[in-house]
Amino acid sequence: MDLFADAIAWIFSPEAQSGSLPLSEAIWTHLAFTFVSVLIAAAVAVPAGWLVGHTGRGREAAVALSGAARAVPSFGLVLLLVLVFGVTHKVGASTTAFVLLAIPPILAGAYSGVEAVERRVVDGARAVGMTSRQVLGKVEIPLGLPLLIGGLRSATLQVVATVTLAGYVGSWGLGFYIVQGIQIRDFAQILGAALVIVVLAVVLDLLFALLERAVVPHGVAARRSAD
Amino acid sequence: MRTTRRTTALVAGAAAALLTLTACGGDSDPLEQDTGDGGEETSSDTIVVGSQAYYSNEIIAEIYAQALEADGFTVERNYSIGQRDAYMPALEAGEVQVFPEYTGNLLQYYDPETTATSADDVYAELADALPESLTVLDQSPATDQDSYNVTAAFAEAEGLTSIGDLAGLDDLTLGGPAELEERPYGPQGLSEVYDVDVAFEATGDTTVQDLVAGTVDVANVFSADPRIQTEDLVTLEDPEGLFLASNVVPLVSTDVADQVADVINPVSAALTPEGLVDLNVQSTEEQRSSEDIAADWLSENGLA
Repeated sequence: MDLFADAIAWIFSPEAQSGSLPLSEAIWTHLAFTFVSVLIAAAVAVPAGWLVGHTGRGREAAVALSGAARAVPSFGLVLLLVLVFGVTHKVGASTTAFVLLAIPPILAGAYSGVEAVERRVVDGARAVGMTSRQVLGKVEIPLGLPLLIGGLRSATLQVVATVTLAGYVGSWGLGFYIVQGIQIRDFAQILGAALVIVVLAVVLDLLFALLERAVVPHGVAARRSAD
Repeated sequence: MRTTRRTTALVAGAAAALLTLTACGGDSDPLEQDTGDGGEETSSDTIVVGSQAYYSNEIIAEIYAQALEADGFTVERNYSIGQRDAYMPALEAGEVQVFPEYTGNLLQYYDPETTATSADDVYAELADALPESLTVLDQSPATDQDSYNVTAAFAEAEGLTSIGDLAGLDDLTLGGPAELEERPYGPQGLSEVYDVDVAFEATGDTTVQDLVAGTVDVANVFSADPRIQTEDLVTLEDPEGLFLASNVVPLVSTDVADQVADVINPVSAALTPEGLVDLNVQSTEEQRSSEDIAADWLSENGLA
């Protein structure tokens, strides 16, 4: 328990607020990497997922892609991309690696959300004269939102944990303290930084849990409570 | 009954696979092997030479080995025994008798609080710090230690030869592994010893690339790194002893020290800092084996 006390003491110590990377800046860069990566990934994966779910085309490819991409070793990818992009583009290289990591869960959330809408509901929408685009925009997307937010939630959690690796290639994020702490055997610093990452992850997860509940369409929510 | 037989076959297969695996494991662990025959002291003519799992260290070990063989010793090679925590027990127990080491790093292993930095001070303190079963022979002028480097272009433009010349330059960024920030020779030491103020940037495994690309101005690179040659870097001199000197030094069992000293001391004397870099270049750039590099070096230096 002493180690935990030391770790918490480290988080609030002046030592953590000074140096080449103050803790506040580390948290900020950590979150910036996370949000930018998830946003870029969402910009790519959400439309693609909706299209796959709506048309049913390319479903096998999407399933295979999101399955295979989960097996990519993130650490290797970060270092590889830094070498490929060159050391002057470390931020871009790391972000690209995190984007690739975030795409599969978002893609899966987007297409499975649209796909999971009951056929009867879709047929009903068609029957009242909705165009294909209206069916997607007014029926499938709103009904699929909880699953999409679920996908974003797991992507964000994966990325917020993995941004730690950015510390291996530069002075960014909370991973820096872990990388440095391992070498100088400062276990309070390692655990302190890890605890901050855990707190960030838990807070983000809670926010997404609330969001997931909030996006359930009124009609669906009313019917659920009636059940 | 049929299932039973099949299960037996499966278990037998798994056991066989496991045995094969453990056999492999045993082979790749040099320390494991030794315990079998290393119990009693090997005959006085057989010397066990070991090395770290570091290519440069293995080349030096191979030079020792071939020099000893040329002098009539029977040599057993035990290379790539991992890092210091892994091989020191084997050395202290006499299972490995000759090992290339580095004075500064070895001194820090035995005395982490040491304040010695100059080569001679470090060597003297090391001799005192070693357990009785171990002895260091003469240290070599060759070093493999932390050093600050700049690009040749930057050195020329600013007229830099020593770390002190950096004083007064604005907006300097120092690159190196993340832990450099906390080391005694890191940014704080630079400021205290040489009055050089730098910002710190953790560059991890890409320190040399960062220096070449210009994202950092000064980089912490091992002094025997071949890229100092191949990337045209300039190592800044350290007259004030900011860095802990770490010369190549043969660490030997006290039992055999007198026997091997006459063979190995001339090798240490002939190994220069530039010579060590050159050996490393032959390994990393030309992909030559350590046997070939060692054989050539010994004949060039008239030692074999």
